[in-house]
Amino acid sequence: MYNKKTTLALAGFVGLALSGIAGAADMHTQVIAATCMSCHGPGGNSVGAAPGIAGISQDRFVKAMQDYKTGKRPGTVMLKLAGGYTDAEIEAMGAYFATLK
Amino acid sequence: MTLNRRDFLKVSGAGAAITLTGCSSQSSSKPAAKGKPHVVVVGAGFGGATCAKYIRHWGPNIDVTLIEPNDKFVSCPLSNWVLAGIKDMNFITRGYDNLPKHGIKMVKDYVTGIDTDKRVVKTKGGASISYDRLVLAPGVEILTNTVKGYDAAEAAGKVVHAWKAGPQTVQLRKQLEAMPDGGVFVMSVPTAPYRCPPGPYERACLVAQYFKLAKPKSKIILLDGNADIASKKALFTWAWNTFYPGMIDYRPNNAPFAVDGNAMTVSTEFDQVKGDVLNVVPKQRAGEVCELAGVRNDSNKAWCTVNFATFESTTVPNVHILGDSVLSNLPKSGHMATNHAKVAAAAIVELLAGRQPDPMPVVANTCYSATSDSTAGFVGDVFRLDPEKGYVKQAGGGATSQGAEINFTYAESWAENIWADMLS
Ligand SMILES: Cc1cc2nc3c(=O)[nH]c(=O)nc-3n(C[C@H](O)[C@H](O)[C@H](O)COP(=O)(O)OP(=O)(O)OC[C@H]3O[C@@H](n4cnc5c(N)ncnc54)[C@H](O)[C@@H]3O)c2cc1C
Repeated sequence: MYNKKTTLALAGFVGLALSGIAGAADMHTQVIAATCMSCHGPGGNSVGAAPGIAGISQDRFVKAMQDYKTGKRPGTVMLKLAGGYTDAEIEAMGAYFATLK
Repeated sequence: MTLNRRDFLKVSGAGAAITLTGCSSQSSSKPAAKGKPHVVVVGAGFGGATCAKYIRHWGPNIDVTLIEPNDKFVSCPLSNWVLAGIKDMNFITRGYDNLPKHGIKMVKDYVTGIDTDKRVVKTKGGASISYDRLVLAPGVEILTNTVKGYDAAEAAGKVVHAWKAGPQTVQLRKQLEAMPDGGVFVMSVPTAPYRCPPGPYERACLVAQYFKLAKPKSKIILLDGNADIASKKALFTWAWNTFYPGMIDYRPNNAPFAVDGNAMTVSTEFDQVKGDVLNVVPKQRAGEVCELAGVRNDSNKAWCTVNFATFESTTVPNVHILGDSVLSNLPKSGHMATNHAKVAAAAIVELLAGRQPDPMPVVANTCYSATSDSTAGFVGDVFRLDPEKGYVKQAGGGATSQGAEINFTYAESWAENIWADMLS
């Protein structure tokens, strides 16, 4: 899998993600969040039938994602996607979406 | 291996770089003395428009110039819906008017030359534009000359590919409308890799849907250059059996090598078929502009190989390639092109600020295909970059095996939102 140096580099990113420097989400989280916006609209504000995700609370976001992961929550494409993210990424995305308007 | 040695060294320094610069980005802006860094983006399709917008979003101190010859964006996604009469051209045509509001300089022109040593782009209109980093997102070049007789038949209006949405989409719709009931529509699927793996099979569904309503005695012959349905096989098989039994004659391993626009025939190694409407989709490669930059560098000189953490060319520094032109295991979809764009935009912002880009970005593909005028299926997958193996599909993803009305609604919503994310 990953060699030692890469793992160290990665630890740097995760550390940044968790330390919440300057209150801004790290780029790893911001890029994942940006990929969500293809379906959920620019800045998380949907212009179509899909729900917007800007400004939803971190708790609500994390619970929804975890329930999609386990299949507890009914859904469509999110049932296929939620399992691809780590718990730490889901927490970080939730914190970020909560800051969007 | 996806990272070369130099990149690996960059990546391995990432942890330290972040500790030093993560708190105060302004202290580590571009070392060069010449002022604001300049990124030139070629092509305002899914990849290019998205990348330009997100560079400005994450790097407001970076100047971005976006070069595109077309006045408006015409979406390939949902262009099959236009062929079926479900949507019209207006619906899939969107303006570029909002991009300048993000501080993007739009240049209506076509790139005809690139000097990657001097870092200058030349255009058909005679402009020379210099760059610190260059982003190429030209989509695909369609290799019409790989099918004998194609160019003449196309010029005579007897065959179209309609694999770039625009005038040929309109032309094909008109031909389908003019076709008599009981006519034959011949379509071909190029051998992979090609733009939008499920696209041809979606087109077969939607043309069949149109025939079913408007001219029910008509037939479709689908000549596939691949050994089997190349994408969402269960979904399309379900749709063909459920909605269009007996209408679609599917013939695998049947790549056309010739078209005759007078006789209205398509020839493959095994068959010669005659049709009333011919829709041959030839093989493809990375857009021409990639050749100008010397980045069409895979073993066939057809596609571009990139470092997947930055989408920078593996051979030419400061040139990033996005979207369909990239050689990878990621599907050639508009959705994926916008994901490439976001990863690349973040990496470019970090590199220009002297920071290390994320070595392990995570992207997702969500791709809907309509199976009728009211149902659709989808594939959804998350891909995580492994520095050793490239983008690795994560467990839990996959495709639906049947269409559903809710997904038809979401397919349209997807289009509205991705267009807005690129262009609004
Ligand atoms: C029928 C069909 C259905 C599809 N359905 C879907 C779908 O449902 N979902 C999905 O995700 N994808 C779908 N796709 C795939 C999608 O269209 C492509 O994957 C996507 O367009 C790729 O984006 P891109 O940025 O690489 O290229 P494009 O979006 O094609 O953009 C390239 C741009 O570059 C410009 N350009 C080219 N050369 C130059 C030059 N030298 N100078 C300046 N500008 C230049 C072009 O004018 C163009 O605007 C479909 C495709 C087809 C054909």
